[in-house]
Amino acid sequence: MTFAFDLLLAVALLWSGWRTLTTPRLDRAIVLFIAFGLLMALAWARLSAPDIGLAEAAIGAGLTGALLLDAYGVLQRRRARP
Amino acid sequence: MKRMVVIAVAAVFAMVLGGAMLDLPLGAIDLRIPVAANLGESGVSHPVTAVLLNYRGYDTLLEIAVLLLALLAILAVLGETRAATPRAAHPVLQTLVRLATPLMIVVAVYLLWAGAFRPGGAFQAGAVLAAAAVLLHLVGLSPGWNTPRLKLRMGLAAGFAVFLAVAAALLPQGALLRYPPEAAGALILLIESALTLSLALILAGLFLLLSRDEEAP
Repeated sequence: MTFAFDLLLAVALLWSGWRTLTTPRLDRAIVLFIAFGLLMALAWARLSAPDIGLAEAAIGAGLTGALLLDAYGVLQRRRARP
Repeated sequence: MKRMVVIAVAAVFAMVLGGAMLDLPLGAIDLRIPVAANLGESGVSHPVTAVLLNYRGYDTLLEIAVLLLALLAILAVLGETRAATPRAAHPVLQTLVRLATPLMIVVAVYLLWAGAFRPGGAFQAGAVLAAAAVLLHLVGLSPGWNTPRLKLRMGLAAGFAVFLAVAAALLPQGALLRYPPEAAGALILLIESALTLSLALILAGLFLLLSRDEEAP
């Protein structure tokens, strides 16, 4: 059961990482990046490093995600206003 | 052609990396035993916090210095500007954030306190506090930050300043950041509290200082 979960987690990590890099749409890439960060936090927790997991979830997924979304918003507004 | 070369180079690099990983002698430096042996003198009972704040306190001191430097660089580039006026979000979102903010503050204090004996600590607590500030701004409940005045500047520098003051006060002992075992717990808690406050302000500042009106120069 745990092996199945770990396998699923590893596949999901690789898949979301690959999709983040290859998707042509910026907004989708950012959302995928946040999902990747949360999966990464889970992976750290499974590797019995909950400290890193907490930091990854809070800083890697949360704050970085918010900053990226903000930057995307600014880019969109710049594009709309020639 | 170019793509093939890139793929080939990447594959070779991956193989070299894998080979280097396999070449590593297993447990050449096993620090778990000395860490566990000296845990009693470190002032905390969680090994990760002991390493971060006691055995390798120097690294953490430099980390907070780097974060402060990053924020100072942003301030230097921004110059004197005015913050954006927030746009109120949907009332449901606002209510949700109003409910979540006190919880997030409690979680941050808990994480700070729990760092002494289980996973947690200043960085996680600071990040949760910063996230609360960012959420409040995003739903329009709190404005972005203007160029920081004295109070905010003191808050931003507090973590680094307190850490540096403790390090300087302990210098006569002969080594940087070697806490006396009986005072280690209290000193670590003091440093972590200041670090939490500063980290929260710095991380929130990365977001809130950059939130400007588009029309503003």
